[in-house]
Amino acid sequence: MAETIENSHSDEKPKPRVRPIVRFGIFLVSHSFLVSIVCFTSGVLALFLLPVLAKNTYISENALMPGSASPMLSNQHVSDGNRLVKDLTNSNLKSSETGIESHKIIAQYMLDVGAEVSFHKFHPQMNQFHPLHFFSSPDSGKIQENYSCSSYGINTVGIIRAPRGDGKEAIVLVTPYNALTSSFGEVLSLGIAYSVFSLLTQVTWLAKDIIWLVADSQFGEYAAVSAWLREYQTPKFSSMSALNAEMCPDINNLFEIEVHSMAGSKFSNSFRRAGTMTAALVLKVRDQSEQFDDTISIYAEASNGQMPNLDLINVVNYLAVHRQGLRVNVEKLWSFLNLGWLKSLGEIFESLANIAKSLNPKFKFGIPATEYVEGTAILASSLYYQALGVPTGPHGAFRDYQVDAITLEISPKFSLDKVWRNDIILRGGRLIEGVIRSVNNLLEKFHQSFFLYLLTSPSKFVSVGVYMIAFALLIAPLPMVAASLYVDSNSSSNCSKGDSSTPSAITDTDEHGITIRSWRWLNSAKLVFIVHLWGAIVSVLPYFICQIPDCSPTTSFMIWVLLSILSLLILNSVLASPFACVKASQEKEWALVKSVTISSVFIGLGLMSVINFATAEIGALLMVPMCLLARPLKLDVRAGTFRSCCRIICNLVLGHIAFPPAAFFLLKGMLDGFGSANVGGFWMWVESLWAWNSATYLFIVKATYLSWMSKADARYQRNIFNIHSKKG
Amino acid sequence: MFYLGGFIVGGRLSADSSALCSGSKWHVRLVGRSGGPNVTSRIGSDYPYRSVGLQEMKMLYARQGSESDEKSAMLLKAQADFLESSTSYYAPEWSFPPASGNLRYGTLPREAVCTENITPWLKLLPCQDKAGISTLLDRPSIYRGFYLSQRLHLTLTGSGYEGMDLSIILEKTLTVVLQPNSQRASLVRDSEKHIQPSWSLSSIFGNQVGGKCVLAETSNVYLLLDRDRIFIEESSLLSKNSSVLYKFEVEKYSESEPFDLGLTWKILVVWLCQQAPLHASRFLMGSGNERGAIAISLKSTQTTEGFMGAHSNDERCELRVDVFQVVPWYVKVYFHSLQVFVDQQPKAVSDIIEKIHVSPSKDKVSPGVMELVLKLPCSVSSTALTIEFDKGFLHIDEYPPDANQVFDIPSTIVSFPNFHASMVFLENHSLNKSPLLSKFQEKSHVMSYTEVLLVPLTTPDFSMPYNVITITCTVFALYFGSLLNALRTRVTEEESFLKDKGSIIFIIFIHHPTISEEFWFERKLKGDHNQPPQTKFVMVCCQENWSATSAAVKVVGKDNR
Repeated sequence: MAETIENSHSDEKPKPRVRPIVRFGIFLVSHSFLVSIVCFTSGVLALFLLPVLAKNTYISENALMPGSASPMLSNQHVSDGNRLVKDLTNSNLKSSETGIESHKIIAQYMLDVGAEVSFHKFHPQMNQFHPLHFFSSPDSGKIQENYSCSSYGINTVGIIRAPRGDGKEAIVLVTPYNALTSSFGEVLSLGIAYSVFSLLTQVTWLAKDIIWLVADSQFGEYAAVSAWLREYQTPKFSSMSALNAEMCPDINNLFEIEVHSMAGSKFSNSFRRAGTMTAALVLKVRDQSEQFDDTISIYAEASNGQMPNLDLINVVNYLAVHRQGLRVNVEKLWSFLNLGWLKSLGEIFESLANIAKSLNPKFKFGIPATEYVEGTAILASSLYYQALGVPTGPHGAFRDYQVDAITLEISPKFSLDKVWRNDIILRGGRLIEGVIRSVNNLLEKFHQSFFLYLLTSPSKFVSVGVYMIAFALLIAPLPMVAASLYVDSNSSSNCSKGDSSTPSAITDTDEHGITIRSWRWLNSAKLVFIVHLWGAIVSVLPYFICQIPDCSPTTSFMIWVLLSILSLLILNSVLASPFACVKASQEKEWALVKSVTISSVFIGLGLMSVINFATAEIGALLMVPMCLLARPLKLDVRAGTFRSCCRIICNLVLGHIAFPPAAFFLLKGMLDGFGSANVGGFWMWVESLWAWNSATYLFIVKATYLSWMSKADARYQRNIFNIHSKKG
Repeated sequence: MFYLGGFIVGGRLSADSSALCSGSKWHVRLVGRSGGPNVTSRIGSDYPYRSVGLQEMKMLYARQGSESDEKSAMLLKAQADFLESSTSYYAPEWSFPPASGNLRYGTLPREAVCTENITPWLKLLPCQDKAGISTLLDRPSIYRGFYLSQRLHLTLTGSGYEGMDLSIILEKTLTVVLQPNSQRASLVRDSEKHIQPSWSLSSIFGNQVGGKCVLAETSNVYLLLDRDRIFIEESSLLSKNSSVLYKFEVEKYSESEPFDLGLTWKILVVWLCQQAPLHASRFLMGSGNERGAIAISLKSTQTTEGFMGAHSNDERCELRVDVFQVVPWYVKVYFHSLQVFVDQQPKAVSDIIEKIHVSPSKDKVSPGVMELVLKLPCSVSSTALTIEFDKGFLHIDEYPPDANQVFDIPSTIVSFPNFHASMVFLENHSLNKSPLLSKFQEKSHVMSYTEVLLVPLTTPDFSMPYNVITITCTVFALYFGSLLNALRTRVTEEESFLKDKGSIIFIIFIHHPTISEEFWFERKLKGDHNQPPQTKFVMVCCQENWSATSAAVKVVGKDNR
């Protein structure tokens, strides 16, 4: 206490009071270097801690009650399913060239159990790149007139009306099926679905209608499902389909199944609907498998990193593990399993946990190292697929209409001989039945459990509240560094400009100068804006490039690169003045430019984290160090110290790694070997991204021109950050 | 089958219930596809002011309750209470012809059809379900059916307008459509034997009638057979639908010799029930929480033949269709966006729609109503009406319980004034006496009720209030803490504090039983008082710096051994 009194005496003149929060802010800004290092490392560390922090999943919605009823699927239904499988494989031997035969068989089977059946013809719709449609809801699509008859797909839809339901809601079961190739796995999935379907026509507990959609996957599973959904949700009443159908005799034949039976009224060629969809299950069976167990893989990621409600995954997981004895898999990045450093990291965490446990036996947060590695692999794939924004299966189409959906892929353990086939139909069918029964119990829509989560194992998850911490730590340095840079640039210019007068004198006298100085950042903002503009132009370019007919991916990519550089040159010549102006006072201005850039990066990342967290997280991992390290090369070269050399190297390496094509090649090389990577591959990848309207695409493309800048002129090295701030 | 209700037409049976009151008659009717959680209820009156009508009605319920059963009165009252607020009913102009203008129409699309509804209804019967025909009303078998309609029809007689010398006639109707015990499995297996299942009362209801209720004057079971329809191959489609009616008097039977009626089929019969000319269905379009569209699609049920026998030779044959749609106020319909497609061709609204009556919704006051009279060409095969809407936001207390169950739009009523659902019986003097049969012979329009729609609105996270309370409390605590702080220190005092960076010193003396400073608290918690208390004190000095929120804690003196 004596010291404090002494201190207070030494400081005679009381300063004007500063509020504590402001003081804290000033403290942070003045120590921004240290703070940013601490924040960033702890952010990365928190990211790696996520598998340890994962919680066990639990079924949050009480109404679901999974597994509370014993399954009703009996051997008779299995033999029903088997009959369909047999018929379909036989009809394949007959080699009907169009595959319509098998659709007729399926429809007849559906009619036999008393369901309503209709066919849905669709044209496969290529995903078009619409630059402005990234976040808008799916549109009903353009109608193209010049479809040929051969490009029809046919979905067979069977609907069971719930005998005691009110027809307000429906549960959808989807089985992709390509009648042309008709692999055995697909046929088997039809068998499973049919066995469940025939059971469901007899049960009395059904409260929601059941829709079984046999999606024609000859144009891709997603296309078929999304075409059906489009018709379901946004039908076109004035369509030309009637005319088209007349021109195609095959299709007309299809509708002549007609009145074989009393169920004639149950068949119609018009589109049938059944209420609001509550949930959708996509069922697939993998053809060959190297598993030692019957496993079931869950795919959940839909477009733009949207996930279905966690309860749906929980129900499937619970029923599969505890009732049917199936192993449940979630996708993982296999290459992560062999990473040595990850293993050692896991061991470190484990030993830390052990130490903590020895201190206090109540501390139980450690997980075994192997589990940690696996959790990390699953987490990484979860992050990757969410960040990519490309749905991992046909279930993605449902999420566009706010329907919770997942894809279940069953991989049976042995070759599918008779006994095993029956077994897999029985168990798969019971699983589906259980899930449908649970969803059927729902009174409300799925809302209890999480929508924002990352999985680290089928039964463990990291919720949004936890993983946001890592992200917040990652981006926390940005505003501080921006502020400190801004303050620095202002004060340094003060010093250079003002003579010996104290700062307080300046504030008193030169108010005009201050206003000018305080608006000086607009100049740098203009520069940043121009680079952003260029980014926007570059990202829109592929839309026009893909209009050029007959372009191989490589040439498209080349055209893209050329056009991008061209647009840069044009922009530079038209709006060259800012560059020139900046050059004059470059040494002082660069800090201001950097601060503006960093703040725009911060805003961009913050916005992105709301839209698609995973993209923002990965983006922050790449961009934050770059933003923090970046410095004009010239200055560093001139300085010539060891530290600046290190910085130059870091900058160059980071600048090149984060250049998306480079990152793509590196990743691909790491995962698959460098042989498979080429320029065209990148084009294809980008193409697939925009085809799915992924917001990630914007990020990728806008990050693209970083390296061109750095290569073109070292002077523009600082523009790296500008480029990187280009995000959706 | 006993009787198919007049409006059971079109393909799918709708889930609806209605309560209708016209002329000086009251009736509340619950209709539902059995088991479904939906009942609509329609209540109205011919009183000139709707509020008066409802008040009167409630009074009536009360009277009725005192006379018969409390519970049923409660049921009716509950329904009326639901419909009391002006947001839930409306007076249609011309959709219900006999009583248009004076009718009040309201719906409860979320009401569940279950035994809760039928038990009070049954209790109004003199013998309840203990004797007479009502013993057949076995709940599980009733609710297994396709269709269930419950109706209370209160008729006011007498002249007194004051309500003092009114007498009330109560008519109760229960309409059920049942499926004979399902032998569907066998039906499928041998596909050549498509004979419809034989049935008897005991196989359908699981009960037999053992004589009439002692209080009943008459107790009859009628069996209606459509003679012409049975031999559909020979007869023409358009013949008069005269039917044969068999009458069975229950009083002739007794417990020892119960009444059981059954049919055993020998030949295949294609039984065509009269269908509405168009099959109406309704669905939602669009996705997202912002906007959507309602689509009503009408599809022709007839295949090729002209369905309007009388008009079929007429060149400009037209089919009149009335559409009546009530939309709750939180679904903000844009009536200008109405589009009509006939046979997949967009048509100008004025070409098709003869009359239109629109009353836009008022927020929290009244629902939006649209009444249309469509003139369609007879050859029409499909018609679609679409209308767009925005989804509104509700105030937090306007959400119903289970808000995530999303919101229902009551069903559209599509009626066909040119078609009548009445039955024609062969002339027989004894039959006309029965009020049941005369009811069947009344003229009434064919009406189709469409599905109830589910509209997902944005629902708030209802756990949010908890979070809000927590945060608010924290903020309040901070605020009051700092306020008290500010109030407690005088200005001069503060200045002096600033001057010497002064601090208030809290000196806390803590009884400290052991030397080890670390564990003293723990031990105290455990109640470890074995050691003789050594009087040792730790003096802790809290130095609080007023300009900062944090307080530095400093150990000044340790003990005074």
